[in-house]
Amino acid sequence: MKRLTPRALLLGLAAPLGALVFAAGLCAVILLVTSHSPADTVDAMSTAAQRPRTLVNSLNTATTYYLAAVAVAVGFKMKLFNIGVDGQYRLAAMLSATLAGAAFMEGLPSFLRITMTIVAAMLVGAAWSGLAALLKVTRGVSEVISTIMLNAIATYLVSYLLNPARLAENVPGSNNISTRPINEGGQVTGITVEGSSSKIFGLLFLALAVGFLYWFVLSRTRFGFELKATGLSESAAVASGVSVKKMVVLSMLISGAIAGLVGMPQLLGSSYSYALDFPAGIGFTGIAVALLGRNHPVGMAVAALLWGFLDNTANSLDVAGIPREIVLIMQGVIVLSVVIAYELVRRYRVAAEQREVGRALGRTKALEEVSA
Amino acid sequence: MSTEPSQTAGSDPAIAVELSGITKRFPGVIANSDVNIAVRAGTVHALVGENGAGKSTLMKILYGMQRPDEGTIAVGGHPVVFTSPADAIKAGIGMVHQHFMLADNLTVLENVVLGGEPRSGIGLDFAAARDRIREISDNYGLNIDPDDLVDDLGVGQRQRVEILKVLYRGARTLILDEPTAVLVPQEVDELFGNLRELKAEGLTILFISHKLDEVLSVADEITVMRRGTTVASVLPKDVTARKLAELMVGSALPVPELRESTVTDRPILEVRGLSVTSPDGRRVLDDVSFTIHAGEVLGIAGVEGNGQAELVEALMGIRQLASGSVRLAGTDISKTSTKDRREAGMGYIPEDRHRQGVLLEATLWENRILGHQTRSPNARGPLLDRAGARADTRRIVEEYDVRTPSIEVHASALSGGNQQKLIVGREMSGSPVVLIASHPTRGVDVGAQAAIWDHVRNARANQLAVLLISADLEELIGMSDTVTVILRGRLAGQYDPATVTPQELGSAMTGAGSEG
Amino acid sequence: MSAGGLTVGMQTAPAAKRGRKFSPMVYLIAVVVGLLVLSLVRVLAGATDLTSAGTVQAAITAAVPIAMAALAGLWSERAGVINIGLEGMMVLGTFGAGYAGYQWGPWAGVAFGLLLGIFGGLLHAVATVTFGVDHIISGVAINLLAPAAALFLSKLYFANAPGGGQKQSPRVEDAAKVSIPGLADVLGDLEAKHWFFVSDLAGILRGLLTEVSLLSILAVLLIIGTAYVLWKTPFGLRLRSCGEHPIAAESLGVNVYKYKYYAVIGSGAFAGLGGAFLAISSGQFRDGQTGGRGFIGLAAMIFGNWRPGGLATGAGLFGYTDALALRGSTAVHALLLLLGIALVVVAVIQYRAGHNVLSGVAAAIGVLFGWWYFTSDEVPPELVGAAPYVVTLLVLALAAQKLRIPKAIGEIYRRGEGK
Repeated sequence: MKRLTPRALLLGLAAPLGALVFAAGLCAVILLVTSHSPADTVDAMSTAAQRPRTLVNSLNTATTYYLAAVAVAVGFKMKLFNIGVDGQYRLAAMLSATLAGAAFMEGLPSFLRITMTIVAAMLVGAAWSGLAALLKVTRGVSEVISTIMLNAIATYLVSYLLNPARLAENVPGSNNISTRPINEGGQVTGITVEGSSSKIFGLLFLALAVGFLYWFVLSRTRFGFELKATGLSESAAVASGVSVKKMVVLSMLISGAIAGLVGMPQLLGSSYSYALDFPAGIGFTGIAVALLGRNHPVGMAVAALLWGFLDNTANSLDVAGIPREIVLIMQGVIVLSVVIAYELVRRYRVAAEQREVGRALGRTKALEEVSA
Repeated sequence: MSTEPSQTAGSDPAIAVELSGITKRFPGVIANSDVNIAVRAGTVHALVGENGAGKSTLMKILYGMQRPDEGTIAVGGHPVVFTSPADAIKAGIGMVHQHFMLADNLTVLENVVLGGEPRSGIGLDFAAARDRIREISDNYGLNIDPDDLVDDLGVGQRQRVEILKVLYRGARTLILDEPTAVLVPQEVDELFGNLRELKAEGLTILFISHKLDEVLSVADEITVMRRGTTVASVLPKDVTARKLAELMVGSALPVPELRESTVTDRPILEVRGLSVTSPDGRRVLDDVSFTIHAGEVLGIAGVEGNGQAELVEALMGIRQLASGSVRLAGTDISKTSTKDRREAGMGYIPEDRHRQGVLLEATLWENRILGHQTRSPNARGPLLDRAGARADTRRIVEEYDVRTPSIEVHASALSGGNQQKLIVGREMSGSPVVLIASHPTRGVDVGAQAAIWDHVRNARANQLAVLLISADLEELIGMSDTVTVILRGRLAGQYDPATVTPQELGSAMTGAGSEG
Repeated sequence: MSAGGLTVGMQTAPAAKRGRKFSPMVYLIAVVVGLLVLSLVRVLAGATDLTSAGTVQAAITAAVPIAMAALAGLWSERAGVINIGLEGMMVLGTFGAGYAGYQWGPWAGVAFGLLLGIFGGLLHAVATVTFGVDHIISGVAINLLAPAAALFLSKLYFANAPGGGQKQSPRVEDAAKVSIPGLADVLGDLEAKHWFFVSDLAGILRGLLTEVSLLSILAVLLIIGTAYVLWKTPFGLRLRSCGEHPIAAESLGVNVYKYKYYAVIGSGAFAGLGGAFLAISSGQFRDGQTGGRGFIGLAAMIFGNWRPGGLATGAGLFGYTDALALRGSTAVHALLLLLGIALVVVAVIQYRAGHNVLSGVAAAIGVLFGWWYFTSDEVPPELVGAAPYVVTLLVLALAAQKLRIPKAIGEIYRRGEGK
């Protein structure tokens, strides 16, 4: 719902760009104060960025982050905070990994196996977030609290299930425990890139499809229209015939289903099992990326790529004697400063608009005021 | 009727508050013009007038929230200037707002002393506070327990807590803004009892209301405002309710232009025994019944707060009926959803366009879709037809003269009048069979108003049934085929706009009764 | 916590109804009855750990950081600001305690942890109160930022310190412990006799009154202090009014911005303290030490209905669960029975209040827990940690009408926008 005038575009970009510049500056200061060289940091990161392997890994990480961001964004459009993406994706990844690695799956054709795995993950994610939705529409429990609780419960559930006595097995030659590894038939082939030992996740296309669907549903379908309207003004939506409770449940289910997909590229493209070291915390990164990308399908993609780059080039920092946490700090500062920047831009825009209206149409506004 | 404050024979008690020559202008409109009121100490002085008469602006000035452009305020004979509510409080003026400012989860004591707490050391001196509150409560018969939780209190009690709040801060003059708007009759009696006690203790009450029957029973003196200025100051014993109503409403009503009747005998909207109760048990609509035929405009007159908003929401399916039925073109829609009612052909122009009419942060063509997202030209099946919606929005902009640089701007950039024109255009475009129009030209400039009226008349000529709710008598008389009045949730009387007198209408609207 | 979002479901959420105000006698009776039930279960299940002194002491140590986090949440939310950045602020506290603690002793650690927590709170205050940023987002950002900052500094300062490492600080000396003299032996003997109720009481008392850390005592004082300040002083009243009806407060001359700042900075302070207590009682700072206690603190605050006494009870319960988990499976297993009994009690209460559906649901879940107890030998240790969260969800789902959340929670306040 944006004007596409150059001015609007500029204002729209001003906030994230400003935040980036500010965050970079602040981190440079932090580095200097702690006797590190910002120049060295940038150097190390950009050298790493040029290696094909880093590029591939960044793209892969970005794919995962993008899915998480879209899951969060679906909720945001309805003014719902699905903080539970984190718990949803891990539970979904674990359970679908168990299914995918199961012995009976090995006899099935590849396409079917992969589809079943993905669908299972979506169902688990949707069910887990559905619990929060149910609590909200029946008992008025804030989804913020319930999803935080469910996140923690999911963590414990996963650690319970990821046990040789139940769904998992020991990984020979290490302390790791994982679900039964998925053999070749259930894996998704990656794209080989010259010079890189890692491959691009095949499910990148799934992420792109999800992004496309996100854009399509929201802007081209009736359902998407009603969803956005409810988020913009609940009272106007009700007057226009929308059932808000239905919307809440549906959007939380969709958000949960997409959250379930978050672990799929990694699971089916490189890990091939869910183990103790499966990436965690992606749900919160999703929130950050959605914020930075302003819930826009392309904006979130750019933000996801940025985040992926930052994460993967940071690996080279420890070797150079610079704590890689500086990148995490930068990410945290970006999130905080971007929302503050959005707020400042919004206030500026509202004030400007009011001035315009006041100039041209003072009489009407006053009439409204007076007949209060 | 003179505009000088009446003098009772013999005594000349001190004037508690005097407003002289108050004028307040806003860009393009004069809210108050040469207002003169003298409120004698120890009396209940009522200020009556319709919405838009300028009462609220005047009260904001008296309470220090606005500065007058001209005129003076004198308290107890001394001229004062208020720059903020704190100044007014210091001068002994206390305002009891229509919408209470009470924290539900705190006790009465906590709400009352907030910001002016008695201390003992670093702690709050609860004993002193309790004593003081009990003292005030006993002195004025307010019957309030300081340790009650506000959430547990009924509406009448909460109002008394608000009164206690201002008394605690030493108010000698109380301003009560539409105090009976939310009370049931029994609570109204209790309130008036309290006011008489306050009066007996020498306090002065300024009572703003539009309910003439109540005003006549409790006020010692009444000032009438109309169109921003004071019209008369009278004593209750010197005036009848009907005369008062006429003062409020004006001595002449607009004359409807002659036009042929387009009313058919095909009923479109049939409402029978409609009742709606509020969460706290009040009957906001009580046994309402009416029928609107194709080609007919039924106008409902009434001062705000008498159940109009609830009626509209009940008809649209936003609010649940306690009992009764609604039929649209013969089909019972009492239990259907808002979406289904809209699809069945109910158009809706809401009273509060910012809350229910438009999405401020969406473009015009997206707003055109709002409320009609299940049908063409906005949608084809589950998909939106953006091109169709855009084209139709352009048509609406053209036909309804919506002044806008483009259809891609946000609705928030448009003036109220243009937003309303867009809404009217949208609702008319859905080929409605009935249109529910609630204050359709409120806050709209004259040109837009005339345009909207034209469109409604044309639609009416094409067999549209219209329910028109308005506080603007010119609109009501000019547009309606039949006029009825809503008061306290009930419909009262059916009038022909061509022959109804201002006394009849005014009395019915203010409950002044049918006395001659 | 609606976070300014949709109101759907709020119509079905029953309006908070105030029950009869319970006199202290009722609480006392409830405690005694609870102890009797506990004792009974101990005897039936043979789980001596349920009421042993060791468990109680461990429970207190575990409960203190949770209570501090809950207190931090309370201060902030009572003024209307949601603070889910508690976890991050606690991390800052753990780091501060590690940094100052190994160099200058535990109390320096406390002071430093407090200071760093205040800094975290200040950040949240500036973002939410001055800039009107959504409270949840600011909290999420702080939860991203603070652990990263702590780890960054840890690598810097602790990596080369003796006894330290990349992700941990050198050892920090624990705070002193005190006991009431003479009791330890008497109670210890009683406890060893395993008599019904008497021994249980002895065990619990021994745990509460001997070898108590000064930090725990400080924590209790802070809880009591908070209750006094927030409910018995003008400062506290004004702060709470900002969370209930800021416009009303504004109309009476209260500077809402000021009090929100105080509240959120105070919130950070308590979170920092909680982190400091955690680090000191664990003996060092470790990356990831907080382990979600910030969120458990939020759960305790909700469980405690936004009141100091309630959150202390909640923190105590959650700490107790933690301690039991460390002590072995029989004790934890017995918890299932306790939970089942508690749920049946809730069902009865709801039934008497006329909420039949709710009562049925509560009874069903209670029976489920009972059945789980009788058909299993132990609770999987991995699931025990989920107890606080499950309990909180149950409270939210089944007892929503008793919860009295500050009315203006999560609202973005701007001066002058009232009316």
